[in-house]
Amino acid sequence: MSKWSNYINPTVRQIPPSGIRRFFDLAAEMEGVISLGVGEPDFVTPWHIREACIYSLHRGSTTYTSNHGLLELREEIANYLGSQGVHYNPKKEILVTVGVSEALDLALRTLVCPGDEVIIPTPCYVSYLPCTELAGGVPVTVATSMEDQFRLTADKLEAVITPKSKVLLLCFPNNPTGAIMDRQNLLNIAEVVRKHDLLVISDEIYDRLTYTGHHTCFASLPGMQERTIVLNGFSKAYAMTGWRLGYAAANEEFIAAMTKIHQYTMLCAPITAQVSALEALRHGKSAMQDMVTQYNRRRRLVVHGFKEIGLPCFEPGGAFYAFPYIGHTGLTAAEFAESLLLEEKVAVIPGDVFGPGGEGCVRCSYASSLEDLTEALQRMGRFLKRRGLHNSKVVYL
Amino acid sequence: MLEILELLQGNSRLTPAQIAVLTGRKEQEVKAIIEKLEADKTIIKYFTLINWEKAGVEKVSALIEVKMSPQRDVGFDAVAERIYRFPEVKTVHLMSGAYDLAVFVEGVTMKEVALFVATKLATIENVISTATHFVLKTYKQDGFIFEDKETDKRLVISP
Repeated sequence: MSKWSNYINPTVRQIPPSGIRRFFDLAAEMEGVISLGVGEPDFVTPWHIREACIYSLHRGSTTYTSNHGLLELREEIANYLGSQGVHYNPKKEILVTVGVSEALDLALRTLVCPGDEVIIPTPCYVSYLPCTELAGGVPVTVATSMEDQFRLTADKLEAVITPKSKVLLLCFPNNPTGAIMDRQNLLNIAEVVRKHDLLVISDEIYDRLTYTGHHTCFASLPGMQERTIVLNGFSKAYAMTGWRLGYAAANEEFIAAMTKIHQYTMLCAPITAQVSALEALRHGKSAMQDMVTQYNRRRRLVVHGFKEIGLPCFEPGGAFYAFPYIGHTGLTAAEFAESLLLEEKVAVIPGDVFGPGGEGCVRCSYASSLEDLTEALQRMGRFLKRRGLHNSKVVYL
Repeated sequence: MLEILELLQGNSRLTPAQIAVLTGRKEQEVKAIIEKLEADKTIIKYFTLINWEKAGVEKVSALIEVKMSPQRDVGFDAVAERIYRFPEVKTVHLMSGAYDLAVFVEGVTMKEVALFVATKLATIENVISTATHFVLKTYKQDGFIFEDKETDKRLVISP
């Protein structure tokens, strides 16, 4: 340990690097890997959005914008949220950020005081726990299970609430499980939130990637807008991961507080990305729906394929992840992922990386071509067959 | 039904069993729908899109703009039929605008295509004029980009 260890903030020092990182390093050295480990669309940003960006550069749009972001963009975001049944003033209640990641960090840093508890249903996105700790909070995890279709139940939530509980951090459709919460599930959660005077950060980045039923924006539930910070962005629905553009919508006072941190750190989101996002919201619906149709077909293929090769998998209702159970192989999730990578060159992410409730499962992204998914299923079938677990045939493409 | 058509247009080799998985329908149901679509000529034929240049086959394609005078009762249809019956003619569209028919012709050499236009097409009664445009390169056809330079640049693993 170098002398630098003494200087590094102890909170930062004690946070482990992402468990995904180790697999990245391992897979990066291998040739011919089919990756189901990628949490981003395999589509490039639709051409009309890229073209709008190029045109904006021709016009010389290379400046700072307001800290809040371009007003035109905030108005379009307000229109979109309005279509979800929740209404915000674009001038004061919406903040454009550098990805949902920044919005999450700002929301946590604005809300959390040292020792405050943030309740996080798991398995969850890998940043939620570390970002809570970096903000000085205490993450309190609630493990969801395949039996509950990886949904948060009111009983489980109620069971972890203490006088220090302040925030509930939701992400549905969920990364990594693909679980969704329907309106009634969310109403049950809202009842507990109201009863215990909690605030909710609702990360709805996968809201448009919902295949079964309709997505319900948490803030649209009765009495919840005043308790909710809605986070969303453009990465997943419009295949715009690299543009790093997200937003937060909440009460005026809270957005003003978030904006203080934002203006002293990021200042504003890049204007080129904002112009492109504007084009996406105005004219991107058709391209987005085409991508959703493709994901839905892939979702059906992988869920069917997993069942055929002997991996029980609950049906994901949203996002682009399947979370099959691998516990019956006798391997831990990490052992399964590592052996599969080394033996068959298929990269998946062990479920325990995403927190309690994830052990015994692996995350498989189906944001890959049908051909790659089919090849991956064949390889996984072969992997299981060697262990005497492959019990059927896959309908190969 | 539309989803099945779209899938088959993208890949005509998909089997009913595969389409059933992708659409969440029963295999027998998919089979029945495809048979009905074939019977009523909604599905006309199954094609393979080939980049002939890459296959080393020299072909000459041309777009011929045809102006003609319509005939009583049958309009442009009778002349169009006389044109589309030629095996050299691959595609014919009736157009609005500066000319009436867009005729796509294929041949082995430019001379062959030019001769076809001069001796067969231009001489048809009611054809007023033709203008021949040779295809130099095909970038995109039927929605497919021939040499797509956009490859998957994602990292192997990401959060």
